[in-house]
Amino acid sequence: MDYSQFLFMREELSLLAVILIIFIADLFMSKEPRDGKPAQGSSIGIVACILLGIHTLANLVPFCEDMKIEQTAFGGMYVHTAMMTIVKSVLNVGTLVVFLMANGWLQRAENRVKQGEFYIITLFTVLGMYFMISSGHFLMFFIGLELASVPLAALIAFDKWRYESAEAGAKFILLALFSSALLLYGVSLIYGITGTLYFGQIGAILTGLSDNLLLAVLGLTLFIAGMGFKISLVPFHLWTADTYEGAPTVVTGYLSVVSKGSAAFVLMTVLMKAFADTTLSSQWNIGLFWLIVASITIANIFAIQQKNLKRFMAFSAISQAGYLVLAVMGGTAQGMTALVYYLLVYMVADLGVFAILNVVEQKSGKICMDDYNGLYETNPKLAFLMTLCLFSLAGIPPFAGMFSKFFVFMAAFNAGYQWLVLIALVNTVISLYYYLLIVKAMYINKSDSPVPAFKSDAYTKIALVICIAGVVLAGIIGVAYNYIDTFAYGME
Amino acid sequence: MFTYTILILLLPFLSFLLLGLFGNKLSHKLAGLIGTFSLGVVFLLSCYTAYEYFVTVGRGASGVYEAFVPYNITWLPLGSLHFDMGILLDPISVIMLIVISTVSFMVHIYSFGYMHGERGFQRYYAFLSLFTMSMLGLVVATNIFQMYLFWELVGVSSYLLIGFYYTQKAAIAASKKAFIVTRFADMFFLIGILIFGYYTGSFSFSFVNELKLADGVAAFIPADASRAMAAGSFILPTALTLMFIGGAGKSAMFPLHIWLPDAMEGPTPVSALIHAATMVVAGVYQVARMFPMWIEYAPQAMSIIVWVGVLTAFYAAAVAMAQSDIKRVLAFSTISQIAFMMVALGVCLPGHETVLDNHAQLGYMAGMFHLFTHAMFKACLFLGAGCIIHAVHSNEMREMGGLRKYMPVTHFTFLFSCLAISGIPPFSGFFSKDEIITACFQYSPVVGWVMTGIAAMTAFYMFRLYYGIFWGTENKEAHAHHTPHEAPWTMTIPLIFLTFITMTCGWIVNFGSFISASGLDYPIHLDTKIAITSTVIAVVSICIATYIYKGEKQPVADKLQAAMPRLHQWAYKRFYLDEVYQYITHRIIFKHISKPIAWFDRHIIDGFFNFLAWGTHELGFQIRGFQSGAIQKYAFIFLLGALILMLIMIL
Repeated sequence: MDYSQFLFMREELSLLAVILIIFIADLFMSKEPRDGKPAQGSSIGIVACILLGIHTLANLVPFCEDMKIEQTAFGGMYVHTAMMTIVKSVLNVGTLVVFLMANGWLQRAENRVKQGEFYIITLFTVLGMYFMISSGHFLMFFIGLELASVPLAALIAFDKWRYESAEAGAKFILLALFSSALLLYGVSLIYGITGTLYFGQIGAILTGLSDNLLLAVLGLTLFIAGMGFKISLVPFHLWTADTYEGAPTVVTGYLSVVSKGSAAFVLMTVLMKAFADTTLSSQWNIGLFWLIVASITIANIFAIQQKNLKRFMAFSAISQAGYLVLAVMGGTAQGMTALVYYLLVYMVADLGVFAILNVVEQKSGKICMDDYNGLYETNPKLAFLMTLCLFSLAGIPPFAGMFSKFFVFMAAFNAGYQWLVLIALVNTVISLYYYLLIVKAMYINKSDSPVPAFKSDAYTKIALVICIAGVVLAGIIGVAYNYIDTFAYGME
Repeated sequence: MFTYTILILLLPFLSFLLLGLFGNKLSHKLAGLIGTFSLGVVFLLSCYTAYEYFVTVGRGASGVYEAFVPYNITWLPLGSLHFDMGILLDPISVIMLIVISTVSFMVHIYSFGYMHGERGFQRYYAFLSLFTMSMLGLVVATNIFQMYLFWELVGVSSYLLIGFYYTQKAAIAASKKAFIVTRFADMFFLIGILIFGYYTGSFSFSFVNELKLADGVAAFIPADASRAMAAGSFILPTALTLMFIGGAGKSAMFPLHIWLPDAMEGPTPVSALIHAATMVVAGVYQVARMFPMWIEYAPQAMSIIVWVGVLTAFYAAAVAMAQSDIKRVLAFSTISQIAFMMVALGVCLPGHETVLDNHAQLGYMAGMFHLFTHAMFKACLFLGAGCIIHAVHSNEMREMGGLRKYMPVTHFTFLFSCLAISGIPPFSGFFSKDEIITACFQYSPVVGWVMTGIAAMTAFYMFRLYYGIFWGTENKEAHAHHTPHEAPWTMTIPLIFLTFITMTCGWIVNFGSFISASGLDYPIHLDTKIAITSTVIAVVSICIATYIYKGEKQPVADKLQAAMPRLHQWAYKRFYLDEVYQYITHRIIFKHISKPIAWFDRHIIDGFFNFLAWGTHELGFQIRGFQSGAIQKYAFIFLLGALILMLIMIL
């Protein structure tokens, strides 16, 4: 065996090392104050943040010479391209922000004992996403997928003393298993036709396929449905609102960007590689077309009516997922850049909103739209930052969200989906309405009992600084998009 | 090479961020020092850049100063067309760096005294930094789109500064007026840019500089041949003219000048910086930037520039003769002088010749030269006016008179600047104005004589202003009540510095060796006939002004005013142009166009959207059953969705 193959996996190995260190450190740190000394366990958060920060920086940019060549290891089970490193870096940054904002919540008495678990479980899902992204084989892909979703149920049910949290966890795990089963069924159909599970080989065999087309489409559909569950596209989105509402706010933030973003990227790479055949690709383009239309439109309609902000953000996330998948259309290199860039920009804005929701919930226990009335009077800075993030989500210039939407639209437009872009544009206007509802609540509406003024903890402040920097700078400084663009590749 | 030039943009920007975000936490003194210090560094860097560009690097092998692009990043890629951001150094941008950083630095120092103790002192310095950053970004733009972005930023910061005293109604009205009028003109600029980009396939100035008519269609980038054909024939003159309208708005050319006199509601140092020396010449700079295009592709259209310029120069000079508010006089004088620069650029093409020979490039050089000298002496005049206003607390000339005894420094610097703007040798204005008039005579004797006449009017109204402030009837009552005093040193030092430049820069350096249309060294030689004529005319005008306005009693002036009350009234009221605008906008556009549109908007369009919102709401209400929370149902819908998806994909 050639051990140098492990070099390709340096991101995974580095993350595994981080997990192990946290795991061991957690074992030896006392959880409760003893002999008058404060509990060391509270510092596990710092350890986790620092280690993840180091890991992020160490693997921030691709190391390989040739930007677009695919490198394989372990007989093609594991593949690596420069773009994958970029996506993993984006996920790392997102996870880091989640860790930072989680600190306040984990310091609560009921969570203090198990805070190490939170970090380890979260990082294991990240590891699963890594494997999913870098897989060259359906089996590998499936293991990654499961590793990325089963621990998520534990995270969702983390506040298990809370009825909603436990319920949300149960709902999630049941539906996740259901979708995994369907996906696996689809994969088995593909295997039945082609006799292989390697993406590259499937692609080669399916090209020019004339018989068994129906079976291939059935397999493809089930694959898209399974991924649609992860990305939460309509009609596979029904778990989203209940789960998002029940899960701890920090976990909701994690679900809405990190886990979703990795799935969208994988959807794109697998479709491009295994289903690149012209007939099949026109099929999945049609399928995605309708999924996108349904996701963006229906989510918008639901979002307008939500009173609970976590539910509101769930529908916002479904609608944003529609825009994210818009970049998959056509499978172009431009689309890939747009997708990764969109993911980055959406992530900072969305996590910014969640950081504020979380800190407000921790300090006052309030999470409904009406509770935010008059926030500007009591916490003007938070209200202002929230406004920036919401503006970016809605795509108002000069914030990054406008640029990312622009690039996604341009990619879809150039791929030949002008009508889809038009529908998405109309929906952008609708989304503007409901994002601004929150802004209106914070600045204009009056409240008898507004959220009292408070000071955020240092961790949340750092998280917000990262998010706001992204929201403000990622768009204006065009280098980010150009940099990502150097690694992009498409179907032919 | 020149990598440090990025600091020229970054420093004012950082200072803006710092003062804008944390200004309230800083003391006045510290905030002012931060702004002034960063500008001081920018000033030194600009001087160093100029030194290195013109002296150390010098002319290339072909005898021209090469353009340097130390930074250029693709900011927004749009396929083959892309928006870039960068820094371009060539003779005109380097000269502009000097102009802007010098005047801005002086204004920063001056404001210490002028704005002393004002509320919002930190905000004021933050806006000044923002303006300076935008203006510097405008001149170093590598492409017309970047220029446009900064152009708008300049407009915004001008708006903020005009409305600095936001508690005063007049200031708010003036800031809105300035913003709306220039914005209206900018719309044409943007259309021009888009047409230009669409048909030629590039926004870049290096592309502009290399376009040659002789190359034909091949010079243009778009793949589409018919587009390129159109670009070569009629599109480019159209695009350039549209851009010129944008420039005319910023540079207050007739009939878009109406915002500039009102903009004097802002603090006086701001008037000196923005509305005299830098922003208002952006239009001139824009024409100079696109000059190769004008010459190659739109020589006929250049006559538009000439005639708009001549008309503006004359109109503004006529109005300036009757104003009594000293800042208004200076404002109209600014309009008139900028028109001189525009005319100079427009007259570059002597009738039929298409090849750039030495004569043809005279106007280009003269326009930029006048831009430089004018910025210095007009800033000095405005800052002087600021000292006077500071001393007597009024803008009206009748509150002044006889101030020379009280404010010697202001008096002399003001006098020298007046001599410069009147075109008396050896002050700098003489040299630049003389070149412009020479260029005009080459273009056509009519234009030449008209411009000479306007120069005479300039000398007259400037000395009317001078005598009205420093000599003439002293308002003893007001002065006894509140004795005018000389301004503090923070305000007089900039005056002295600017006067020094005004007195020397005309004859010390040969401006033609820095800037010329072809890029080659262009030795300035005074046309003796024209020099003598214009000097004599200026002296005569000054003598007339002395005769009329110097004395304690001014019988001639009163008699003239009494003899032609109608004319005086018309000129005083700026020929009622503002009223005409008011009539057109309120009576015609608002009443007959906007109101019906507003009705349509409110009832039809809003109604449609209200219906849509209502429908969405109803729909959401009807289908909320999907989101029941029952997990079996979720799984069922999931499966159903997958089946429908499959049907869609198969069919």
